[in-house]
Amino acid sequence: MIEIHNLYKSFGSQMILNNLNLTVRRGETKAIIGRSGVGKSVLLKNIVGLIKPDSGSIKINGVEVTDLKEKEYNKLRMEIGMVFQGGALFDSMSVGENVAFVLNEFMNLDKKTVLDRVADSLALVGLKDVEQLMPAQLSGGMKKRVSLARVLCMEPQIILYDEPTSEVDPITAAAINHLIIDLRDKLKVTSIVVTHDMNSAYQVADSIAMFYRGQVIADGKPDDIRNSKHPVVQQFITGEAQGPITEDENLIFGHVK
Amino acid sequence: MLNLVLRTGSATNGIIRYVGQLTILFSQTVILSLTPSFKGARSLIQANRIGPGSCVISSLVAFFVGMIIALQMAYQMVQMSAEMLIPKIVSVALTRELAPVLTALIVAGRVGAGIAAEIGSMKVTEQVDALKAFAVNPVKYLVVPRFLGLILMLPVLAMLSDVIGIWGGYLICVYKLHISHEMFWKMVFSALAIKDIVTGLVKTFFFGAIIAIVGCHQGLNVRGGAEGVGKATTAAVVRSFILIIMTDCLITFIFYFLLNV
Repeated sequence: MIEIHNLYKSFGSQMILNNLNLTVRRGETKAIIGRSGVGKSVLLKNIVGLIKPDSGSIKINGVEVTDLKEKEYNKLRMEIGMVFQGGALFDSMSVGENVAFVLNEFMNLDKKTVLDRVADSLALVGLKDVEQLMPAQLSGGMKKRVSLARVLCMEPQIILYDEPTSEVDPITAAAINHLIIDLRDKLKVTSIVVTHDMNSAYQVADSIAMFYRGQVIADGKPDDIRNSKHPVVQQFITGEAQGPITEDENLIFGHVK
Repeated sequence: MLNLVLRTGSATNGIIRYVGQLTILFSQTVILSLTPSFKGARSLIQANRIGPGSCVISSLVAFFVGMIIALQMAYQMVQMSAEMLIPKIVSVALTRELAPVLTALIVAGRVGAGIAAEIGSMKVTEQVDALKAFAVNPVKYLVVPRFLGLILMLPVLAMLSDVIGIWGGYLICVYKLHISHEMFWKMVFSALAIKDIVTGLVKTFFFGAIIAIVGCHQGLNVRGGAEGVGKATTAAVVRSFILIIMTDCLITFIFYFLLNV
């Protein structure tokens, strides 16, 4: 379970998270939606400890993490997997070495066990016989899937996905969505999925939270969000160019004459 | 006037902060070098990338510098009929000063820039964040192997430059100034003491540490995308050059005035 209370984070004079409150129940998949730059990825980085919040509380399975020392946080990180937006594969390593990274770093396993676990993790994301390839040889969608396989190899309790279906074709996006659902149903993994893809959010999420101006302005089941009367939520989920969000940001999208 | 004072204050503050950051990174690197688990293979991979790749260029430079010193000395020494001193000057100048410094500058340009670019690219593509997210300390994983690789290989490269540079001087002395082969080596070995070689090699450990720490620091602190990586690479080379020369001056000062060597 992840509980976030009164979280603040700013970079210079720019306030990104502004008294943010959010709860993700154990085994739940929570989608986070919102405009670019509203702090969705910043929240994930706060949870995994890559960024320290200015103030507020983040509890993971009841443990307050904001004041944890690095050594204690590292123990917790072994239970949290993060799928980065661009994959963040180590480009000096092959796909196999990337997926086996945590096994090779922290576990004294024999070579055959490592190879089997790597193959199993890759099979889960629909990849086969790619262990020898280098990240530069992979397409964007394959990178995302290898990144997910690397996380699955850790067998984490919590997975944080940063835009898992961006820059991938619709078929790969559907496969990733199914995988997120499978991980919840079969392995009871708690997930936070940051996405702009409303189809993906409706499909994978048990609940959806919408961020706006560093706060959660709507949080509910996919149908609640779909039927929300909140004008900001409506503009975002329908993808209208004109509305309260763009008016608020003084954005006037022009027309070609 | 006030503006000048403010700008000077701001620049001084920036320099103090930068030196502080380098010192912290250096301390972390030394501590983590001595902390288990040890992954020696990573340091050897780095040493392999640094040494063989740099030895040809550092040897070439040392060879020509050896020849240049001999020729420049000949210009004056021949007039005083003191050309017999040239082998001594070439060997002492190279081992105590020129071979270590020139090798360090070459490695800073070649390897230091590479380190900053490689780690900088990892930073902007979130690979450094991924290391942290997988509970791996980036300093232990990225900085320590490069630090150990450099302080291992730079003395080796400097020794090679010593030998090749003296051979450059040998060619001028023997074939141009007509000093006999036996006389050349006799003069070289009469001039060179172990302390000359040791003082040169001691410097290379510091230079290796500077190249590694400056390069890694620039890489780990990249902001922005490709432009940031480019700036970090340039800064790594320029700052390494300045720090190597300043450290060389300081160590030479300490050896000469405090240790009398």
